[in-house]
Amino acid sequence: MRRGSRRRRAGRGDGVTGKLDLDPALVARARELARRAGQPVVDLARSHTTVSVERAVLRLAGVTGADPDGIPWVNRLVDAVVADVGLGHGVAAPVFDALAREQISDVTLLAQKAAAGSVRFGQPTGRAATAARRAARKAVAAGIRRIDRRRAERERLVKRYGDPRRRPWIYLIVATGDIYEDIPQAQAAARAGADVIAVIRSTGQSLLDYVPEGATREGFAGTYATQENFRLMRAALDVSSKELGRYVRLTNYASGLCMPEMATLAGLERLDMMLNDSMYGILFRDINPIRTFVDQRFSRQVHARAGIIINTGEDNYLTTADAVEEAHTVTVSQLLNEYFAHEAGLADWQLGLGHAFEINPDLPESFRLELAHALLARELFPDAPLKWMPPTKHMTGDVFRGNLLDGFFNLVGTMTGQGILLVGMMTEAVVTPWLSDRDIALQNVRYVLGAAGGLHEDFVPAPGGFIQQRANRVLGEAVELLERIGEQSLLSAIAEGTFGIMKRPADRGKGLDGVARHEADYYNPATEILEGDAA
Amino acid sequence: MSGVEVGAAAPGGGAAEKRIVRPYGDTTGDGMVQVSFTLPVPHDKRAEGAAVQLANKMGIDPAMLVHAKQMGDGFTFFVVYGRVNHLVDLAAVQVVERDFPLLSAKEVNAVVKQRLRRKLSVVGACIGTDAHTVGIDAILNVKGIAGEKGLEYYRELTVTNLGAQVSVPELVEAARAAKADAVLVSQVVTQRDAHLHNTREMSAAFREAMPAGKRPLLIVGGPRFDETMTEELGVDRIFGRGTTPGEVASYLVHALITNRKAARA
Repeated sequence: MRRGSRRRRAGRGDGVTGKLDLDPALVARARELARRAGQPVVDLARSHTTVSVERAVLRLAGVTGADPDGIPWVNRLVDAVVADVGLGHGVAAPVFDALAREQISDVTLLAQKAAAGSVRFGQPTGRAATAARRAARKAVAAGIRRIDRRRAERERLVKRYGDPRRRPWIYLIVATGDIYEDIPQAQAAARAGADVIAVIRSTGQSLLDYVPEGATREGFAGTYATQENFRLMRAALDVSSKELGRYVRLTNYASGLCMPEMATLAGLERLDMMLNDSMYGILFRDINPIRTFVDQRFSRQVHARAGIIINTGEDNYLTTADAVEEAHTVTVSQLLNEYFAHEAGLADWQLGLGHAFEINPDLPESFRLELAHALLARELFPDAPLKWMPPTKHMTGDVFRGNLLDGFFNLVGTMTGQGILLVGMMTEAVVTPWLSDRDIALQNVRYVLGAAGGLHEDFVPAPGGFIQQRANRVLGEAVELLERIGEQSLLSAIAEGTFGIMKRPADRGKGLDGVARHEADYYNPATEILEGDAA
Repeated sequence: MSGVEVGAAAPGGGAAEKRIVRPYGDTTGDGMVQVSFTLPVPHDKRAEGAAVQLANKMGIDPAMLVHAKQMGDGFTFFVVYGRVNHLVDLAAVQVVERDFPLLSAKEVNAVVKQRLRRKLSVVGACIGTDAHTVGIDAILNVKGIAGEKGLEYYRELTVTNLGAQVSVPELVEAARAAKADAVLVSQVVTQRDAHLHNTREMSAAFREAMPAGKRPLLIVGGPRFDETMTEELGVDRIFGRGTTPGEVASYLVHALITNRKAARA
């Protein structure tokens, strides 16, 4: 199947565009400003590498497994190369040069030898460099072909079992910490109506500078993302897909310090969606901005290739900042995420741009404001699936009120044609969802979609009325903010606390020591293949 | 049930001396409650009987089963209304009083801004070989825990999170450099009482390095600490499992600003 033929599959542009009377010139101006703000960051990403990008390259080249302490061989190998030649040349050439000198063919074996200190690395030149690059490219191309095969496999399965019969797709979370406990819960959730299963990661995994190995049975408020856990869950959901006659999608997180590796493992294990925001790690995890942007670009190139839908994290801004006053920062971030995603080769159908129902319900007309904001996102990005996130900030433990709020959230979701709906729990902020909480939440979704699933056809805001005015005002504020960012730079805007109020200077934050500027002879066969084929 | 107690709960007694109360449905003294729960059985007559039995054992009698719905293969969700015969003696209520008021982020910021008139500096770390930053990150990172934002979110706090495996001398140096008002240490690993040894080493180092008036407030947290051991460990406060960032922030304001004299006397 041709890649382009699946465009718009998860989008919902039809029937809902043109309701806000947005000024096309202003929309074009917003996109142009986002491009201008994003371009210097892309240039930065193109001229730097990180330890995690290099580890992802080695994973594609076939390095697997971990040492007896659980540190992956890719970490040991990258550390060894960095100690001998630094990071700025890329590890591919030194590694494949050493492989030739040592006359071994298994890269994992080389990593083991390197960890034991019996291999020295150098940056090859001349014919040795040409040979090393050729060998590296061949090995990495084999890894990328495995990702291509997983994508073709997904397309086959979607064809065989079919997509969910209606939108939005229903997205449910499981997170017990134990993958073997997660599996039956995920299968039960799929049976109960979930179209997408997300396995929440263990708290703090985003700050680990390595990917844990193997099946895991213990986590903190979530389950570790590992290649084996990915494989086990995908296999279980394939069984569910067959049973239910619809393809059940699996989601995890390409975020934190190992973003490029997570994307690579997701591609290798046929995950279907990945949370992958351009700024979340910077703002909410204090990860160095340059590290994040470099990692993010590579991970998005992998997602583009793997046919993975990304979910961005704009909902998070609204949990820290006011959802009315700061509504335009969501729009700005969506435009930036769109720019970065397109630049990395992602198509519109792969952009699960985030936004959320987080306005204080005590505010007069809060529901109309929510409708205006949700419709604005829908009309700005008509071919993107859009990920609609439920209320969290104003969920208080009053579960009855919470259930009502979730009902209104679901109603906005269907009235504005959202693509992916994360099911809200009335016990948000009380407990991790119980079986009955999930059942009540799904009943809520089914009722609203059943009772009002076609309401978007009839729902046309009054010309010049409250909703149109509000949406246009938010767009106007977004353009103003983008203009201000353009006058300085995106990095200084982030440093000064423009998004989600966090101040994150470019020379601070976690993971900075794993960033290097490209040397003149930097070589990365994965980027070369991913960019070459995208062109 | 003794007549005296029932008499005390009788209607018309006035709010002044109503020591004994019962749950209220729509009539004073009716004792009506509503509960919901799940039993791991498929929905049938027997399941409904099982739900009523549980309600009876909980003291709900008569129990009205008003809703039963099967979920998945082997679970049923029930809603039960009914009357409990328990009496609540308000005079016998015992609550553990938190010795500081719980403030919102806004209130914390306002107090710091108005009364301290500079940013309050907090330095956090996992010390020793402990690599579990879960606890310190939950308290310090903006992301926070269970929907509550971490201390980084507070505009008037300056947070330095040193991360994992920080040595005690490094911590003391960082606290000095950041002019820390408070030092937060997280300890998860408890093998051979490592959390206790590390905490003692840390508090001793601060005592040695800084005179009493200049020392930052020392706070330690982790799931296995006994909150009453502050003196033994030489710290100002211990926080146990389930502590939220808001509690820590409220305590900081209480100990360093609003109750400073009493706390550091």
